[in-house]
Amino acid sequence: MYVLIAGGGKVGANLTRSLLRSGNEVTLIEEMSHRFDKLEAEFEHQVLRGDATELFVLERAGIKRPPDLLVAATGDDEDNIVICQLARERYGVVKVIARINDPRNQPYFDLLGISPTVSATGAIMALIEHEVPEHGLIHLLELRKENLEIVEVSIDKNANCQGKRVRSLRLPEGARLISVVRDGKAEIPDEETQLEIGDQVLAILEPGKEDELRRVLLKP
Amino acid sequence: MIGCGRVGSAVALQLNSSDWDVSVLDENEDALGRLGESWTGGFLVGHGMDLQTLREAGIEDADAVVVTTNGDNTNLVIAQVAQKQFEVPTVVVRVLDPARAEFYAARGLSIVCPTSAAIESLVVAVRSTEGALT
Repeated sequence: MYVLIAGGGKVGANLTRSLLRSGNEVTLIEEMSHRFDKLEAEFEHQVLRGDATELFVLERAGIKRPPDLLVAATGDDEDNIVICQLARERYGVVKVIARINDPRNQPYFDLLGISPTVSATGAIMALIEHEVPEHGLIHLLELRKENLEIVEVSIDKNANCQGKRVRSLRLPEGARLISVVRDGKAEIPDEETQLEIGDQVLAILEPGKEDELRRVLLKP
Repeated sequence: MIGCGRVGSAVALQLNSSDWDVSVLDENEDALGRLGESWTGGFLVGHGMDLQTLREAGIEDADAVVVTTNGDNTNLVIAQVAQKQFEVPTVVVRVLDPARAEFYAARGLSIVCPTSAAIESLVVAVRSTEGALT
């Protein structure tokens, strides 16, 4: 895989290291000279000095090929947005990943259709929420190796999803409803199953997506 | 007006002295000094990337937004937010890099690129002497 990485701070440099180690081709772009010198000593010709929001710099880095993946990992969110827009819309890079430095900027990435995004604060918050017992969700089982967990949700009269069919729910990616207990009888729900008040629903999902699931099922 | 440097302040002053009600937003309180002591328009200290600040500055009722902070990419993001999120009818944005200016102009932003203007003027200035040389 050919990967272009913009920004050679801790994130960009370590991504470069890992991707190279697993046999990928990488070009890293870094503007600041003190960082560039260190990076060049380690990565040699695989790091390029310049401002990754300049078109000629991106072109020198090989964006016209185009790369299989571009990661915008600079410490500036506006720069990351512009880099992703240029990559996708001008150079036809199919896959971009953007780093978000200030989580308050998340709405701008969403507004401009830039996804997926990664924010350290967001990731840590998701873990915190996972550790803290939450209103409405009961953790039943954790499958650590598979990175999955099973939770139970009670559909009360304020729940968002009552009366809706499973197929119309925008469940978090990778999440499935695996059982609906109604009047003491468990059934395996399919796309057409309609959720009702009083249902006990079991769901399987990735840890960290509880909040999203709760929003879909429970929020009034 | 988002960004009140040399350009932003001058545009704000000119518009305010005509028929426009101008509200100025800048990160730096000192920028108010550029507008002079008799400034009658609005002035707010804050960042143009902050939705709450944009609302306080009145972006929801604005007929036009002019973005002239000192960062091209910041300008481009704020301009797109003004256009897409707040649906401001006229969004004008200053972008110094001609390459980015061209790309975003093609995507429907109203871009002013002083660098391109300077290049053109300089070339014209030199060319205009061609006749005199022969």
